[in-house]
Amino acid sequence: MHLLQGEKVTVAFGGLTAVSEVDFHVDKGEILGLIGPNGAGKTTLFNLISAAIPVKSGKITFKDTNITGKKPYQVTRLGIARTFQTVKIFGNLSVLDNVRLAALFGDPKRPSASQATKDAMELLEFVGLQKDPNSPARDLTLANQKRLEMARALAAKPELLLLDELMAGLNHTEVAEAMDDIRQVRDRGITIIMIEHVMKAIMSICDRIVVLNYGKKIAEGTPQEIANSKTVIEVYLGEECITGS
Amino acid sequence: MGLKKLFTAQAAIKWGIPLIILILVGVFPVFHSTYYQTLITFALMYMTLSVAWTIFSGTTGYISLASAAFYGIGIYASALFGEKMPFFLVILIGGAASFIFAFIIGAITLRLRGIFFSMFTFGLVLLAYQVLIWYELTIKNIRGYFVVIQSDNAIFYYLLGLFIITIIVSYVLKRSKYGLALSSIGENENASEHIGVNVTLVKILTFSLSAVFMGAAGAIMATKLSYIDPNIAFDPMISFSPALMATFGGMGNIYGPVIGSVIFYFIQDRLQTGPLQNYYKLIFGAVLVGTIMYMPSGIVGLIQKLQKRISGAKSAPITG
Repeated sequence: MHLLQGEKVTVAFGGLTAVSEVDFHVDKGEILGLIGPNGAGKTTLFNLISAAIPVKSGKITFKDTNITGKKPYQVTRLGIARTFQTVKIFGNLSVLDNVRLAALFGDPKRPSASQATKDAMELLEFVGLQKDPNSPARDLTLANQKRLEMARALAAKPELLLLDELMAGLNHTEVAEAMDDIRQVRDRGITIIMIEHVMKAIMSICDRIVVLNYGKKIAEGTPQEIANSKTVIEVYLGEECITGS
Repeated sequence: MGLKKLFTAQAAIKWGIPLIILILVGVFPVFHSTYYQTLITFALMYMTLSVAWTIFSGTTGYISLASAAFYGIGIYASALFGEKMPFFLVILIGGAASFIFAFIIGAITLRLRGIFFSMFTFGLVLLAYQVLIWYELTIKNIRGYFVVIQSDNAIFYYLLGLFIITIIVSYVLKRSKYGLALSSIGENENASEHIGVNVTLVKILTFSLSAVFMGAAGAIMATKLSYIDPNIAFDPMISFSPALMATFGGMGNIYGPVIGSVIFYFIQDRLQTGPLQNYYKLIFGAVLVGTIMYMPSGIVGLIQKLQKRISGAKSAPITG
């Protein structure tokens, strides 16, 4: 049994099929990478898994429960948390409150207020933001806002974490730190699906990679297989690169 | 030590001054000045409406203009049940009727966002007004109702009680996890949904809760009038006033809407009765535009900014 499984997942916006009959799965403890050119449907697939938009056809199951047709907050409480491509933190709330909220509402065990605060502080320490928990979240740097978003997602005690371009806009040092963070999250027993354009990161930490293009799955395999796949290189670099060489 | 002293002094100001003012207001009718008692009664009514309005709209950013509808429902509850039941029960009915109405409306309209929500809620006031006019003129054949009047003192103390309850509920809610959830909805509704907040339910229930106090206020104030009709009950100004007063006072803090209503109402009263009465709405509008442009976080926000500048704090305190 896979932790998360999608069968022929499809969604269309008007005439455009953004995700078309995609089959995918992720197993417990895995880090799955999701790559593809801009507009390939990666974020849309995340939106479908987290129930931000409804699936048009197909089925997504999580721990053997059919989650198609559920509301975002229900999916979160079932154990799927996410971050966003453009950070969506609560800028005017304190750093601590951002995380505390997710602990209070997203954790299916419904912790008490003091327990939630404790959990939140522990997670802030985990991502290295424990220094100024009462300052407004908007004052953080982009890298720290992304860390905060990850801490917030983790506060919902997910089994599956969806990371949407965690490393976009970060510098080299920050990318290395973020990679380290992701490995540590995995060591906590949390399964991860990540969308990423930073190839170095994807290739080194993912166990398996799925490649999307124009809403369709075009390749799937280990980083090594993907790096050598003809179709993938075609999609990224264009056909001439191969025939011309 | 010094810090602790400061903290207690701050707490004394925070709780002591409002308490003293409240007691002063409470004993006011004893001194018996009808004019000022009426003035304070209306001020209390506006304070209740503004605080109730802020419970939902201030935190979530959904600007509701349905206040007049809930207030009007309270007035009608008073007109319909005033003869048959004790005053206290009538007020409860006014609140309950508004709750139910708001719940249904909320379930339908809270998927609308921004200006669309505001316009719809305002349309609601006009709709209720038109339906009642139509009903009274074509089916009932008599326009309006007579209302059982209550003594000025009874109205005064019931309103004071309602105001205190509204403040307490608003304060408790703000400090609870639902208050935090409401702020997160105001900040970023999508993110709020994805961290496990049942956004729709929280919104509808809070919207309905704020309507309870508006309906109850309407039920009380109706007894000040001997006759009511849809024109009186569904006055659009009742929709705008709480929004304006709360904005004027500042919504980040519980005192904001209270201070805003008091100042705004007294300015309004002065203007309406003084030699400037013809220019009242003009000045009213200018003050409002000035507020929104130059002090978007209201009087309380302005005070906090000044405090910050004096104390040289690194960042503005997060109000709570």
